[in-house]
Amino acid sequence: MNGTVLSLTFRGMLGRRRSLLLFALPIVMIALAVVIRLIVGVDEDTAVPMLQRFALGILLPLVALIAGTGVIAPEIDDGEIIYLLAKPVSRWSIVASKLVTAIVLTVAFTTVPTLIAGVVLTGGAADPVPGFAAGTIVGAVAYCAVFVLLGVISRHAVVFGLLYALVWETLVGGYVPGARAVSVQDWAYSLTYSMSTDLGTKPEVGAAVALPLLAAVTVVALCVAVQRLRSLSLTGDS
Amino acid sequence: MSTIKIEQASRWYGNVVAVNDVTMTIGPGVTGLLGPNGAGKSTLIHMMGGFLAPSAGAVTLDGEPIWRNQGVYRKIGLVPEREAAYDFLTGRQFALANAKLHKLPNPREAAERALRLVEMTEAADRAIGTYSKGMRQRMKMASALVHDPAVLLLDEPFNGMDPRQRMQLIELINGMGAAGRTVLFSSHILEEVEQVAAHIEVVVAGRHAASGDFREIRRLMTDRPHRFVIRSDDDRRLASALIAHDSVGAVELAAHGGGAALHVQAADFGAFVAAAPQIARKNGIRLWEVLPADESLESVFAYLVTS
Repeated sequence: MNGTVLSLTFRGMLGRRRSLLLFALPIVMIALAVVIRLIVGVDEDTAVPMLQRFALGILLPLVALIAGTGVIAPEIDDGEIIYLLAKPVSRWSIVASKLVTAIVLTVAFTTVPTLIAGVVLTGGAADPVPGFAAGTIVGAVAYCAVFVLLGVISRHAVVFGLLYALVWETLVGGYVPGARAVSVQDWAYSLTYSMSTDLGTKPEVGAAVALPLLAAVTVVALCVAVQRLRSLSLTGDS
Repeated sequence: MSTIKIEQASRWYGNVVAVNDVTMTIGPGVTGLLGPNGAGKSTLIHMMGGFLAPSAGAVTLDGEPIWRNQGVYRKIGLVPEREAAYDFLTGRQFALANAKLHKLPNPREAAERALRLVEMTEAADRAIGTYSKGMRQRMKMASALVHDPAVLLLDEPFNGMDPRQRMQLIELINGMGAAGRTVLFSSHILEEVEQVAAHIEVVVAGRHAASGDFREIRRLMTDRPHRFVIRSDDDRRLASALIAHDSVGAVELAAHGGGAALHVQAADFGAFVAAAPQIARKNGIRLWEVLPADESLESVFAYLVTS
């Protein structure tokens, strides 16, 4: 890891206009939770689907997508990355610093709002909220690694990321249970499920399989990203 | 003292060959890399800077391969052509970040030294986003100079600079070359190269067209036959008057844009340009148009390649 890369990336992320989305999505979720609480009152039957569909199903992948691609793709796009790469700094530490930034931002803008929304919805009950918070953390790590990799290898990282998260995981996964077996979202939910009692929907794979899968995806994505960055070719404006 | 060697290097993108079997050695002092747009200058600089692998051949710095070798950046300073440079940072923060990335023992001092070198100390606390093009260029220079590199690579550094900034940069580059650094810059403008580099390498259409002392190449460029297209109120009479002059090699009366015109080939550019109007006047012929037909850089370069 490299402190200078970390601080440049954090400043870059919070300075870009795109990062407003990071704030907007959690605010929408918390506002929704407040409205539900006011209308329905404390009700676990509404709290669980809300946290599962919104926090894990929408907020987590979208925030991770913005953060994961945002930490590196724009820099590659406009050529700024040359100032990091033309240095005797290991490519590994550059990618690791970018990934850590993305994870920290994703946890801050997903896990924290999930806790808040959970407390609002359940009135502070002990059960499903910590499980969902934990799910967003492990999910954030794997999602960010995948999206950082996409940011390194493709100029259309956001599009591919959206296709994966929304079309594959949410849409296809919603109708085809088998597709959920290959889904970061489902693996993250496995942890949530194992930490809670009586959540209803069962995940496709158990936590004992899901957690190693999440770790494997993270490590593989990180290694490929490092390799690709080592041989990043720059072309001129033309 | 460091030397970059390019040995039989080629680079292609699919079916397009950007650099074709180029061999050159860039040693201490200032070298100008001259060629028309799209000749492969940027491709060469990217290969020398480690941002592009040669498809064939080798590019080395003091014997070490440059591609996928991040250690070379201790010796190389790179000034990219593109503008983007962390607009949200101030100039001082940007220079400092670069110094820290180089893991210099005293990054703050190195950053200040680089800022002084490019005369950006005064504007150093403004965000880079507010800089003019010339200031950005100097900031990019500062970022490349923080670690006092033995080799400096500049990709089209004069683009978009006003004359004063240009003068300043020329001075800076000349200073670096005199101090024994290996400085290479690319340009498509002959007059720019003339003021900076004694030694130039010319690339045209991906090929290494000429190499050597600037005056030598300049002579090659100016001693070629020059072509002019002339229209007047009496082309035929003008033709006979022109051919009598020493500077004229050939005259042809040919079709030109719907009408007729004289195509004149002159051996001596200066003498012909001075003589043509006098000849016309003496013979009472009115000149409508005198057009140098091949003064574009591309045609100058093309001539160099074929000769």
